[in-house]
Amino acid sequence: MSSLTTNYLAPSGREEAWRFTPLKRLAGLADPSTSTSSEVTFLFKSGQSPQVDFKDVVSSTLPPTYVSTDLITNRVRSESLTTSHLKIAKDAQLTEPIMLGRNCTGKPQTARLVIEAGINSVATVIIENQGAAQIGEEIEIIVSSGARLNFVTLQEWSSEAIHLGQHHAMIAKDGEFNSYVITVGGSVVRLNPTVDFTGEGASANLFGLYFATSGQHLEHRIHVDHKIANAKSRVNYKGALSGKDARTVWIGDVFIHKGADGTDTYELNRNLLLTDGARADSVPNLEIETGEIVGAGHASTTGRFDDEQLFYLQSRGIPSEIARRLVIRGFFAEIIGKLNNEVIQERIMDRIDLELAQVGV
Amino acid sequence: MSELIVKNLQVSVVTDAGTKEILRGVDLTVRSGETHAIMGPNGSGKSTLAYSIAGHPKYTVTGGSVTLDGADVLEMSVDERAKAGLFLAMQYPVEVPGVSVSNFLRTAVTAIRGEAPKVRTWVGEVKAAMASLNMDTAFSERNVNEGFSGGEKKRHEILQMELLRPKIAILDETDSGLDVDALRIVSEGVNRVKSNSDLGVMLITHYTRILRYLKPDFVHVFANGKIVEAGGPELADKLEEQGYAAYTSA
Repeated sequence: MSSLTTNYLAPSGREEAWRFTPLKRLAGLADPSTSTSSEVTFLFKSGQSPQVDFKDVVSSTLPPTYVSTDLITNRVRSESLTTSHLKIAKDAQLTEPIMLGRNCTGKPQTARLVIEAGINSVATVIIENQGAAQIGEEIEIIVSSGARLNFVTLQEWSSEAIHLGQHHAMIAKDGEFNSYVITVGGSVVRLNPTVDFTGEGASANLFGLYFATSGQHLEHRIHVDHKIANAKSRVNYKGALSGKDARTVWIGDVFIHKGADGTDTYELNRNLLLTDGARADSVPNLEIETGEIVGAGHASTTGRFDDEQLFYLQSRGIPSEIARRLVIRGFFAEIIGKLNNEVIQERIMDRIDLELAQVGV
Repeated sequence: MSELIVKNLQVSVVTDAGTKEILRGVDLTVRSGETHAIMGPNGSGKSTLAYSIAGHPKYTVTGGSVTLDGADVLEMSVDERAKAGLFLAMQYPVEVPGVSVSNFLRTAVTAIRGEAPKVRTWVGEVKAAMASLNMDTAFSERNVNEGFSGGEKKRHEILQMELLRPKIAILDETDSGLDVDALRIVSEGVNRVKSNSDLGVMLITHYTRILRYLKPDFVHVFANGKIVEAGGPELADKLEEQGYAAYTSA
């Protein structure tokens, strides 16, 4: 796939959406004049069930159900001939998580996935991202009425990986979407988790954890669109940074449109700077067009290690490196504890511990 | 038999307004089994003495020495001091979000004892210690000091002291913010540890109230960064009647 049929332009870096992103490090994924070498489809790793249907389809048979202005999304749509399609049957109550992965080549690639959670279904989908990759992706998530979908995406890439993606969830009446975006690997990761409510009583809980070490750029741009009345959203992202030029960006846009009465939303971002030379940008935005809401708020903090916490732990005999590890684990516990999967929890925390040890924190 | 010797200790802090001298030559010896009450008005430097001995980075020792059984405490890192047998029960215990009490206690005891406690005996040990301090077992699943009431924080401090088995404990205003019942429970906890071990106690307080429960062998009056008078328990009675005016008006 190299032909370019869409009319999008490469960002200059002055655009609001791209002003934080290191455009030179995107392997051309955001530059239409550069061709992507191939597409990569998702692999079904585990979680087989008669109520789960997973297959690759010709993209034109599964057209996008929403309009996106995102450059990467549009590129993925125009260049991915194949789309992976995961369907969870109506009323399915899946106890075992569905695990998806993919084998990226390390060359520029695109990937498109559509997840459909059927009416009143309950399921967990986990996407594992490991190794080297240069990937632009779009994941479209349809949460049908009364369904509850837990969506976990783990960015445990190796240090050279580039990952640009949009994860768009549409949540129908009384549906519940819980997303967990865990980003600890990669050179540049830029993800846009976005949410649209399509029916009243819908709710979205978006949790995130990111840990950037020297040279990593980890960017998460959340957008929650409240057009429908009586929907609820919660956003809570926590990040830690360590080392020179460790960089994170968190954007939290919440838009409450006219008519979205009874909206209840709160978003939170906390960053912990473990060393000098790291930089965390945190930009919460809340736009409200109706006053008839239950609640709307946001908070953002970026701070350093609390010396008093370290002193307290050390004064009980705990050596400083273990004390720091405890504090960082504690900082992330609120997010990681919600994953409800001990294997993954330990794997993520072990990776953070390992990287902390490498940078000598 | 242990011995904490503080000799001519001088300590300052760096503030926005410059370096400020707080301790101006403190001399004090606390031995195993002894209880010393350090009493003085607010701002006299009592807490600075406690935190300096524990090694808080905010304080700079500019002169003098602190030794525990001959070992130079001032040369030790904060955790080494705890391993050497010092314990500081803090006036304002620090919240550590996301770290459970049980994980914290186990990590601390493992560090102090040099090996992880055996799971079987450990659970019982913690339960017994908590029960004697009137603490609910659900307490151990809460995050360290997070959302604790004043009384719960102080009981949690004494619980740690009981499990870490220090040689010398410094109790910094442990009585502050406690109602009578909590004060009695906390004091009983200290007395129990003392009766089960040879703990030496340095009890820092503003009020004589706690001395009804924790009987001091020695009372030191602390004012203007040093000990200005020392005596037996009768000195506390004198302070109760006359206050600190005589020591601060000079």
